[in-house]
Order: sequence, then C-alpha cells, then structure tokens
Amino acid sequence: VRILVTGLGTFWGSRIAQQLEQRSDVELVVGVDTREPRLPLRRTEFVKADASYGILQRMVRATQVDTVLHTHLEADSTRASSRRLHEVNVIGTMNLLAAAAADGSSVRKVVLKTSTLVYGSNFDDPYFFRETTRRTHPATTPVERSLLEVDALVDDFAEDNPDVTVTSLRFANVLGDDVSTVFSRMLRMPVVPEVFGFDPRLQFVHDDDVTRALEHATVTEAPGTFNVAGPGTITWGEACRLVGRRRLAMPPLLTGTAAVPMRLLRIVDIPPEVLSLLRYGRGVDTDAFVAAGFEYGSTSLATVEAFARARRLERVVGAPPAYEYEHDVEDFFRNSHAVVRPEA
Amino acid sequence: MPASSEPPLRLVDTGADTSADPADAGDAVADVEPLVDEFLRVDAWGRSEPARALARALYDPVYRYWLRAEWEGLEHVPLDGGALLVANHGGAIPSDAPVVMHGIETELLRPVYGLAENLFRALPVIGTLWSRAGGVPAHPDNAYRLLHDDHQLVLVFPEGTKATGKLLRDRYQLRRFGRGGFVEIAMRAGVPVVPLAIVGNEEAMPILWKSARLAKLMGLPYFPITANQFVFGPVLGYVVPLPAKFRIRVLPPVTFDVEPGQARYNRGVVMEEAERIRARIQAEVDDMLRSRRSVWRG
Repeated sequence: VRILVTGLGTFWGSRIAQQLEQRSDVELVVGVDTREPRLPLRRTEFVKADASYGILQRMVRATQVDTVLHTHLEADSTRASSRRLHEVNVIGTMNLLAAAAADGSSVRKVVLKTSTLVYGSNFDDPYFFRETTRRTHPATTPVERSLLEVDALVDDFAEDNPDVTVTSLRFANVLGDDVSTVFSRMLRMPVVPEVFGFDPRLQFVHDDDVTRALEHATVTEAPGTFNVAGPGTITWGEACRLVGRRRLAMPPLLTGTAAVPMRLLRIVDIPPEVLSLLRYGRGVDTDAFVAAGFEYGSTSLATVEAFARARRLERVVGAPPAYEYEHDVEDFFRNSHAVVRPEA
Repeated sequence: MPASSEPPLRLVDTGADTSADPADAGDAVADVEPLVDEFLRVDAWGRSEPARALARALYDPVYRYWLRAEWEGLEHVPLDGGALLVANHGGAIPSDAPVVMHGIETELLRPVYGLAENLFRALPVIGTLWSRAGGVPAHPDNAYRLLHDDHQLVLVFPEGTKATGKLLRDRYQLRRFGRGGFVEIAMRAGVPVVPLAIVGNEEAMPILWKSARLAKLMGLPYFPITANQFVFGPVLGYVVPLPAKFRIRVLPPVTFDVEPGQARYNRGVVMEEAERIRARIQAEVDDMLRSRRSVWRG
C-alpha cells in the first residue's frame, strides 16, 4: 500500500506515520502539512503545503497513492480561530476529496480522523450515541459546525465513489502522555475546573488506541463511520480524583462568561463545547468498531489511570523535551549511506 | 463495555458491614475517604450504588408507612430479561415513579430504570442527585439499550407531563399515550410490555390551580399550586406527598407478534397496540377506584 498522510505536522499525523512506516506491507508513506513533523520519522517523505491543501491533486497523481489518511481535522477549537477551523476542516477536506475523486485517481481508500463533538452535548441526549443517532440540538460552536460539514462532504463522496472505501473514525476526548488536549490541560492545573452541581459522565481514549484505531482502519477494510472511545464511562469527579486534583466550581449560570477571564489571564482556555461537556457529558456506543475487528487497549477508566501515572512521574523528573524537526539531521538519517537500515 | 450487569442490590442496612471491621476503627481519615470515593464512582448509567442505597433507606419509611403501597399481581413482573413497565401517571411532582421503583427493587430485588423527563438533567445538583439515585433521561436509545443490550426493567409513563399537569377534577382520566413510541421500542427490543395500573398517585399531590403564564416564563411544562402547599407550606408542598393509599396492580405482560430489530414498524399496528394498552390500564384503574372506599385508607 502507498499511503498519503495529511497533517503530518500534527501529533497524530506524526504518530501514525511512525507506526505505518514500520510495517513491511506499507510501500510508501508521504506526508503533507504546513508545519514540520512532530516526531522523528525514518522513511516518511514530507512535503510542505498550504493549509487548504491546494497542492493535493498534483501530489496524488504524482505519487499514485492508494490510501489517504486524513488526520488533519482540527477538533480543538483553542488552537484555531473559527475562520481557520473552516479553512482547515471544511476546505481542506473538500480539496482532499476532490483530489481523491479526480479522473483516473489511484485512491481506493480514505480514512478520516474526526471527533465525537459532532454529537454535541445536551441535557436530553441519550447516554450512548450510536453512529446513526442524530444529535438532539443544532450545533452552535464553529468547531462542531465545521466537523458536521465535513461529515456531509464525506457522505457525498462515499455515495459518488462506491469503489472507494471510506472510513470515518469519531474519536472521544484523547488523554495521553505527550498529547495536549483541553482535558489534559485542565487535569494538569493545580485545581481543576468543574461546573457547580454537575458531575458528567465522560469517555476518554488512550493515545495509543488512537494510533492503533487509525492503523486498523488503514490496513483493514472497514467502510462506514465508527465511534472510538475507551469502553465504559468515568465521571469528571472520579477522573480528577484519580489524577489527585481538587476541583474548583464554576457558576452554573453564565459559565461561559466565567471562562473568559480564565482565558484572558492564560490560566486555561475552555471553549464552549467543552463547557457543555463539563455540564452534561457524553457517552458513545463503541460496539460497532469492535465488531469491525478492533480491540481496545484501554477503557476510559484505564486511560485516566495511565494519565495519572504519567503525571506522577512527570512531577518527579519533569516533562520530556519536545522533539524539534531539523532538516539536516532528518536528511542524514533518511538518506546518508552511513546509516545502516534494517530493510536494506 | 457499557453497563453489563448491575452489581447485586445492597439493601438498606449497609452500615453494619463497614463498622464491623475492627482494623478501620482507629483510622478516621481512611474511614471517610473510601466512602466519598464510592459516591464518585458510578455505573455506565450514571447511577451510584451507595447513593441508591442511601435513597432507598430514606424512602423506605415513606413507601411503607406514609403511602402504604400495596401490590397485586407482582408475579407478572419477570424475574429476568428485559421488560418495559408502563403505568399511568399523576400528581404535580409524581410519587408513582419512586413507589414503583422502590417497590420492585425491594420486593423482587431487581433494579428498575425509570425513564423520566429530561428537564431534571439541566438543573445543577438536582440533576446530578437524580441520576445518581437512578434516573435515566427518556431517550429511545436509552430505552432500547437498557431493554435489549442490558436486559433490564425499564419504567415509562407514556402520558408524560400531560398527565402530571392535570387538575384535580381530571384525575384518573388517562391522557394520550404519546405517539406509541414505547410500543415500538418494546417491539424492536423484543421484550414484553408489563402494564401497571396505579391508584393513589393523583391524590398524593393534586393540582388545584396552574398558571400557564408562569410556566412559560420559567420554561416549565406546567406551574402548579398544589393542595399540599396548604398543608405543608409553599416549598415543602412541592416535596411532601399527602398520605394517599397507593395500590399498584400489575397486569399480565403483553407480547407483540412482530420481528424484533426492525428500524420501523407499521404505524397503524403501533398506535393500535398503544391504545389497547392504554384502554386496559384505564379499565383497571376504574375497577380499582370502584372498590376503593377511602382515598387515605384504601
């Protein structure tokens, strides 16, 4: 298989590329992004592109990839303005799917990494959203709206291209040793915010399960949309207790207003979609992806426990240094004859 | 995996086993911490067993000595497998849901998942307590999952707030059974419907007057003035039921001659079955009222 990975500069793009390049059945991994890869890669080719991926059609034609792995969907609205969310999520996906659907395209499989944010979070929600369950209220936040638009684009693409396998993975909140999400940032605070009078049921997915799920969808045939979340649920109070943090209540009324000074003072940025999660929580049904052959490594509870263990170590020895992409060094390891490569 | 089998019910007297352990006696801190932790740990449906045990302990005297609930035909409630309990509803803040849940949980030692008005979940503290004690929002997905995947007993009141918002003079006149959604869920899950006829619920908290304007202003389905408020005061009158004698008659289960697991069922058949169940409950309620000599003594 020849694979194109979008969002190579994101944590997930780098992680999945690292994973895929170790497989002998993967012939080629090409990655595109606006930023440099976040992890050292051995044989993945990296191409710098603009955010809306205008270059993709040429790349697909030139590399003759058969699988496209779209990890470059932004679900963390603290990292991007609503304009950029639209650009990255909607326009990026549109260009990607246009490239995959072009005349004589070699693409036979498209895998997307999207989010359970598409279900929203509200008081009259079911406790376990199935992939087919409709959300109970229309989306109000830019990130949810853009991801719903992506869903619509993907549905159209799948309908128009019946010979292409389209797999859409909806991931719950991710927690892991070295990935930064709104939830991991909140759980790293000395006192963790909660909304007064609410203790929602939440689900977390371990970062290893994220990469394994993406890999599973890439190497097996599993058309359709699947929820990916650590089995079971855990309440926010329980999660805070496991990590050993006290909670500080935000007012139940005007919670959004209370979050503004926290953002301006750079204490923590809690976007509205996470505030409603802290109120009503969300659970998704995970049976469909298990039926498609995936095996979870961690439950939601185990994911939080693993995060708590990593935090305890970090408090003693400090955080590991972040990886910096350096062209010369990467070039040396990839191309120099001095490097002994196992396959060669 | 979500809510497989619920841990066995621990009934009221949980105090004995914790204090019996002499090792814990000296360490007061270690004694308190696990208790708090236990309340934080909930099952997949947001229910906390210690909270439920506490709620049962507190409610038991109300059930036994205040409302003096009496059951008939309890043998019709299946001891295993999923079943949908369907009952008539009444009273401003209805006592029928806790009475049925408490009754079946203590008499048959089977948990009952009461599906209720979602509105509770939007309220801080109350919503959390409500779901810890066992309330589950009434969404068809929740009902199906509990009945089909988890093989549990689910209690629904198909009349919804149309019944609880009735004035005293309309008591025991059953309202429309929704759109028959409960029948469709039972058909899809392949479980029987067990109809319950309840008497006493309407008089436990009758509505004397209600304000449509205030209800609209506060976003509530109805804003009642209850008879209880004249007895217990303006606030407690929304909490404390009058001591009406509760009688619950369980009717033989209704099964449907359809293939389970379909996405949709014939609307006509669904509506017809729903209406038939409604009519049976109405007839039983009328029959129970005919033999009732006193609202308070039964």
